[in-house]
Amino acid sequence: MSVLVYTESENGSFKKTAFEVASYAKAVADQMGTTVTAVAINANDTSELGTYGVDKVLNVSNDALKNFNAKSYASVVAQAAKQEDAKVIVVSQTADSKYLAPILAVSLEAGYASNVVEVPTSTSPFTVKRTAFTNKAFNMTTIDTDVKVVGVSNNSFGLVENSGSATAEDFSPSLPESGVSVESVDKATDKVTIADAEIVVSAGRGMKGPENWGMIEELADVLGAATACSKPVSDLGWRPHSEHVGQTGKPVASNLYIAIGISGAIQHLAGINASKVKVVVNTDPEAPFFKAADYGVVGDAFEVVPQLIEKLKAFKAANA
Amino acid sequence: MKILVCISHVPDTTSKINFTDGDTKFDTNGVQFVINPNDEFGLTRAMWFKEKQGASVTVVNVGGAETEPTLRKALAIGADNAVRVNTEAKDGFQVAKELANVVKEGGYDLVIAGRESIDYNGGMVPGMLAEMVGANFVTNCISLEVDGNNAKAVREIDGGKETVSTSLPLVIGGQKGLVEESDLRIPNMRGIMMARQKPLNVVEPTGASVETASVKFEKPAPKGAVTLVSPDNLDELVNLLHNEAKVI
Repeated sequence: MSVLVYTESENGSFKKTAFEVASYAKAVADQMGTTVTAVAINANDTSELGTYGVDKVLNVSNDALKNFNAKSYASVVAQAAKQEDAKVIVVSQTADSKYLAPILAVSLEAGYASNVVEVPTSTSPFTVKRTAFTNKAFNMTTIDTDVKVVGVSNNSFGLVENSGSATAEDFSPSLPESGVSVESVDKATDKVTIADAEIVVSAGRGMKGPENWGMIEELADVLGAATACSKPVSDLGWRPHSEHVGQTGKPVASNLYIAIGISGAIQHLAGINASKVKVVVNTDPEAPFFKAADYGVVGDAFEVVPQLIEKLKAFKAANA
Repeated sequence: MKILVCISHVPDTTSKINFTDGDTKFDTNGVQFVINPNDEFGLTRAMWFKEKQGASVTVVNVGGAETEPTLRKALAIGADNAVRVNTEAKDGFQVAKELANVVKEGGYDLVIAGRESIDYNGGMVPGMLAEMVGANFVTNCISLEVDGNNAKAVREIDGGKETVSTSLPLVIGGQKGLVEESDLRIPNMRGIMMARQKPLNVVEPTGASVETASVKFEKPAPKGAVTLVSPDNLDELVNLLHNEAKVI
């Protein structure tokens, strides 16, 4: 019996969320008095997982799994869970893991709690805290099945280093017919994605037009942040839908969320409530966002943002 | 093509969220319920298939009688008929099992659900349903075309998008982008009148078991007041973010 964790990688390297779910799995394993086994698919070097509390890695190396495929990947994790007699399976909440988890849950007849933000408050009954109503509330949920799938919200637990090392063994599961073939992938590989980002710089209609986004991107670059936008901005086509943050867009659970020229409609705030620290820059001191923010600057983005970029560059140079 | 569109009955996006009975139940007082926004994109895409390619469109919801106005709205938008599985929706697994039964009974080729509902945000029902009925599955779907038995879909992935090919039977988890927001339909008077004549079949549940249970709700701790920084003193903002908030 062990806690099993699916550690996502891309082009052979683990995503940051892989280390976060490994850290979470270690905390759950400690509560349950057991060990952590990770499933790694086509990862180059799995030794780093030991640093985050993984005891054993099941290494899957298979060209047929080059592209993510929810059904195949879920089958791999399910077979690993059966081999390890895992009662708890931990996954992240990236787009891929959210795709995989429900399929995995059905194949293992396991209850699944998604968007979990803390370690279980109890392991019997197995009780976790998850977000609900698009981050406007939390819900304490019990998972009542023998096998449990837990989806851990990105950036909710953080990375916790442990002084362990992981043993590795090869794992060769059988693969089902996937039924879905990837034809093409269109992805900006050099950009920080909203899901992975610790810092998100987001802008709204206050930017007046897409031609003014250069300074938003520059601010994001200085901070190593992802860029995002409000709903009206994506509706107007100034920015792609994939950057739309809010109730019907992407949820953001970053450490720092900087909102520039966004008034703070309730639907937008719902999407960013899970972010830890919020900064708002807006000309209107009555903008609702100021009630939700930790820090605020009442000012014109076109004056504030270039200055802020300079100040942050100086800060980085001084702290390099 | 027989299309089934899964409709969640959810609080309007601007609803204030409160709880009753010792924070164990959602307080529906004064709350306007709507078609889940992600489902609305799917419903509109289903209407497109009906009008351009020929298809029958059934809408389904798992819930009590109080959800019927939401199903009627979907009928007023143009769905041909509706099914309500007469049981309280308690968790994603149970809802998926009840829907799987409807799909098997009805022999649907294409099931369109929303990526997630905006109340519990579980995001699990479409994937579970697909697995239960042995259908192909694509989630975060922002484009869908069907040609005979073949389907081409585009799904949003972290940092971009991916085009996939697949075949029917198919379950889709749809979202914004599946149709343009400007194409979403508001029921007109004729649609509302016609909806009254359309069949809304109430079927009894299979009694699917519940795998997870909601114990209690909590609201986030009240937030302290914002710390305002002068636009002429942005060094202070950098200082606060570094030393106080410790995020840079």
